[in-house]
Order: sequence, then structure tokens, then C-alpha cells
Amino acid sequence: MIALLLRDLRLALRAGGGFGLGLAFFLILTVLVPFSVGPQSALLASIAPGVLWLGALLACLLSLDRLLALDYEDGTLDVLATAPLPLEAALAVKAIAHWITTGLPLVIAAPFLGVLLNLPPQGFGWLVLSLLLGTPALSMIGTFGAALTVGIKRGGLLLSLLVLPLYVPTLIFGAEAARRGAIGMELETPLLMLSGISLGSIALLPFAAAAALRMTIR
Amino acid sequence: MSLWEYANPVKFLALSARVQPVAWAAALTGIVVGLGWGFFGTPDDFRQGSTVKIIYIHVPAAWIAINAWIMMLIASLIWLVRRHHVSALAARAAAPVGLVMTVIGLLTGAIWGQPMWGTWWAWDPRLTSFLILFLFYLGYIALWEAIEDPDTAADLTSVLCLVGSVFALMSRYAVLFWSQGLHQGASLSLDKEENISDVFWIPLVISIAGFTLLFIALVLYRTGTEISLRRARALAVRLDKEL
Amino acid sequence: MLRLKNIAVARGGVPVLSGVSFALEAGQALILRGPNGSGKTTLLRTIAGLQPALSGEMEGAEDRVAYSGHADGLKAMLSVAENLKFWAAVYGQHDIEGALEAYALAPLSDRLAGTLSAGQKRRAGLARLMVTGRPIWILDEPTVSLDAATVGLFADAVRAHLGGGGIALLATHIDLGLEAQVLDVAPLRAMPADLHGASDEAFL
Repeated sequence: MIALLLRDLRLALRAGGGFGLGLAFFLILTVLVPFSVGPQSALLASIAPGVLWLGALLACLLSLDRLLALDYEDGTLDVLATAPLPLEAALAVKAIAHWITTGLPLVIAAPFLGVLLNLPPQGFGWLVLSLLLGTPALSMIGTFGAALTVGIKRGGLLLSLLVLPLYVPTLIFGAEAARRGAIGMELETPLLMLSGISLGSIALLPFAAAAALRMTIR
Repeated sequence: MSLWEYANPVKFLALSARVQPVAWAAALTGIVVGLGWGFFGTPDDFRQGSTVKIIYIHVPAAWIAINAWIMMLIASLIWLVRRHHVSALAARAAAPVGLVMTVIGLLTGAIWGQPMWGTWWAWDPRLTSFLILFLFYLGYIALWEAIEDPDTAADLTSVLCLVGSVFALMSRYAVLFWSQGLHQGASLSLDKEENISDVFWIPLVISIAGFTLLFIALVLYRTGTEISLRRARALAVRLDKEL
Repeated sequence: MLRLKNIAVARGGVPVLSGVSFALEAGQALILRGPNGSGKTTLLRTIAGLQPALSGEMEGAEDRVAYSGHADGLKAMLSVAENLKFWAAVYGQHDIEGALEAYALAPLSDRLAGTLSAGQKRRAGLARLMVTGRPIWILDEPTVSLDAATVGLFADAVRAHLGGGGIALLATHIDLGLEAQVLDVAPLRAMPADLHGASDEAFL
């Protein structure tokens, strides 16, 4: 399992691995927001948590179609499916690798982009915390979506269509927690719900994803 | 004689051929009577005037939109557990019907909402939930269309339906939480059943029954079509011909 | 030991081969022959456990198979050694030196797999089987894009594997000079009327 994790991380960091692409997308999206809604700092401050959450979600989505498709094309998935490592574990590891290379950099970058959007000072900690708790769910749900669409040619758009509705609860609770944090409201409930979604996804979705992948390989 | 015998396509088609005429006739009767009574046989609401009468389309459509998904969920489970083709094809057949009913529910809601609330759309929890349901239908249908092998398609859409149902339910609670959080004490309640009087209630129930029968008839008909297509494919593959 | 009894396999739910039976003891090899599309790949994938058999009994394959299909399972952006080390680790092994040696890959071990020629890539893909430590090798058209000299290397590697008590199952048209049973799958082609529990049986 460690070997698979290290391999995926190494691949992401090598040239052409796509590391940093999501991060750059996140940056550009955030920069474009004031151009589209206007530079009033009060307006930006009020939409900042939501915009940053949406940006992180879309940046996460961007790299999903490479998550399994490359391994499918070069035959790696066939070999993994016959290897001693359970496919469920392999997919969970791949989701973790996706989170480390995509989700974690977004979490770290979010406060800097928060400055661009006039995020109120008390909101930074909560924004980072909500992203830290929510992005693992995004990676795991995305892995499930990738497993559903891996055998489909040009499945990238379909993947977005399938995954985005599944992202709704995570987005609602995550952005709500960040928003409440920014205006100093009580935010225990959304944070707990967000953690629940992440933990539940990590616990159960590897099984659904592995089932889907076996159906595709067959 | 077990119910599962009708999981055989041939037996299903035979049963469907006998049930369908009855279902179509009953559906037509229910809808004509329910809508006719509702539109012309009930008094105008003292507050809402005649606009309230759209309820006889709106509520049945919304009812079918939700129950079609539940039916697809059950059919998907049956396919995954017992591998009955008719079940998977029935789920496939029901999805576009559910999608159309969701759209009808949303459109009639907008038409009703405009004079009542002064807006075509509000991010009310119930409206939002239906919009999310609409997205789930879209994804489900798109996945069916995208996969060539029919068994793989049935497998993967079933898994999506299962996982999607869990997430749809979570979205429902998330939306309730979120919308309360946005506008405190929402004044726009769509829950008309609580304060509706018998005069409106009886034609509404008839209309719902009519829509339900229409759904059953449509699904039977469409499942029959899917079975024929699948049979044509099974024969074509064995004759080494492209369909 | 690997034993198949009356196995039927399906592609896309439709039976392609039926009545496949054979038994291989340790040290034995079997070569599958048959025209394109006759179901050799499907049979090999079924034995590897990538898809279920329609009917029949299979013994001795589970968790003992190393599968090599048309694709090599190599990552272009990793070096040959990194690729092999990764697969060795997945199978709980460490040593990749023997595999590098057998396929004369030692000079290439630090090259990125993406920069290799098709034949070199194939060699690295075949070397992967040696690092799995699994007794049953399943090889689908292993000699594609290999030159004559490398085919010799491959035959030696298979011979060494068999000598060590391994089993090999190959779909190939090239004569490798191996002492092996040959199974022609053409006569085993499933007839349109054969069902064997085909998934779309109910529709016929």
C-alpha cells in the first residue's frame, strides 16, 4: 500500500504529472471573481468563503479524470486487480494520494487567496479547518466517480456530471462552516456534518468504487 | 408460483400486455376526472384565486418524481442481488419518466410561484431538493447512455443509483440546514397538504392516482421496448452482426 | 498445479469458448493457439480472475497468478527500476536484480520507461512477471515487438521459471522451442445455440 502511495505521489511530482495544475486553476479562478462581480471589498468579503470553497471543489474535479484513466490505459489496473492488494485498499490509497497532491495544496493556498478576496481575519482559521475536513470527501467521492467512468471513452465530462451532484452536501456544509466562521457565528453543526461526510465517504466509498471498477474491468 | 417468475422477459411481456390496456385506461380516467374535477369542480381559493388549481398537476408530478427514483433504487437492488434483467431495464425505463416529471414539477412550481411569491424561483429547501434530484436523474441517464455493454451499464448505473440515493438524502438534509441558515424562518411553505380542505383533497388524490397509473403504464411500455432491444442485440451478437 | 474442467468463458456476456479442460502440474507449460478473436484473451483473463467463468470448475489459480496482457503496466515517467520495484513491493517482494539480468535490462534500469523503444518496453513488462514471485504466469501475446534475440531471452526466462516448479500459460504464434502442451481453441468455439448461463440467455 505504501508502495502504491509513493508511486502515485512520485508520478504526480514528475513532469507531466499534473501537480500544481489544480492549484493554478484555483488561483486563476479566485483572481477572476473580482473581475466578474466588482472590486467592492464588502461584497468580496461576504462571498469569499463560498467562492474559495467552490474554487477548491472545481480544482479538485479537474484532476479526477486522470486519477484512474491513465492506469486503465497502460494496463496497471488489470495487474492491480490480480495483485494481493485488495482493490478497495488500492482505491483508498489512490484517493489519499489524490488528496495529498490536490486537496492539501488547496487547503494551504486557500488563506493566501482569502487575502485577495478580503476574507475577514477571524474567518481564515475556520476556512482552513473546513477545507481540511471537507477535501478528503471530495477526493474519495471523486475516486468513486472515476471508477464509474474509467472504461468510457471521453468520460471526463460525464465524470463531472456524475460527481458534482454528489459534491452538494460536502459543499453546503463546508461553505456554510467557512461562511459562519467568517462572520463569527456558531459553526459546530456544519463542521460536525462535514467531518461525518468525510469519514463516511472514506469508510464506505472504497467498497462502492472497487465494485464499480471490477464491473468495468470484467 | 413466485413473483420472480415475472422476472423472465417473456413472462413479463405477456403479463405486461394484459395489464397495460387496463393501466392506460385507468390512468386516463384518473387524470381526466382528477384534473376536470380539480379545474372546474372546486371553488377558487380565497387567497390564491384560481392559480391554486395548478396543484392538481404540480403535486402529482412531484410525487412521481420522487417515487420514480425510489422505484429505480429498488429495481437496482434487485438487479445487483438477483440479476434479473427485467429489473435493470425497468429502472432504465423509469428514469426519463422521472426526469420529465421532475421538470414538470419544477415548471409548474415556477408558474405557481410567480403570482404567489412574486418570483419564478426561490432557493427554498423543497425547490432546491428537486433541482438536485433533476441533476441526479441527468447523471443516471447519461451513464446508461455512455456504456456500450448492457450488463456493465446495468451494473454501474445500479451502483450509482445506490450511492446517489444516499447522497441525495444527505443533500436533502444539507439543503434544509442551509436554507434555514440563509433566510431565517422561511415564510414560503409549500406544504399545502396540512391546511387543505376536503374539497380540494379528493380531486387531488384522484389526480395523484391517475399520474401513478400513468407512470406504471409508461414504465411497462418502455420496459417492453428495452426488452425488445436487448433481445435484438442478443440475437445479433450471436449472428455476428452489428445492430 | 492448475486445473480447468469444462470451463466456458464469455465476452460481453456472450459465450465464446466452451468445454475448455486441461491440467498443468508444476514445471509444465501450455500454449494456446487459435485465430484472432477466438477467445484466447478472454480465456486468459478468466483464469487470471479478471472476469468470472460462465460455467465449469477451475482449481489452483486464485492468488497464484501473475498476468501480462497487451499493455505492459509501466509508467512512462518512472524509470525501469522504479517500475519493477513498485510491482515487486505490491507483490511483497524486494529483489529485482534477477529480472533485470534475465532480460538484459541492467543498462536501461535508470532510463524512464517512456523513453524506451517498444521492444525494450515489452522486455520490462515481461520482467515484471519475474518480480511477482507468483507460480503461474499468464502471458497474452508476450512476443509482440520483440526481436529474435529477445525472444530467446524470453524463452530462457520461461524455461527457468518452469525449471523452478512454475507454470506458464501462453497465447502465442511463435515457436519458442519450449516443451509445452498445445491447446488449439478453434474447435472449442461456442456455438450460437450454446448458452452455459450466458447473461442474456433469458432474452433468447
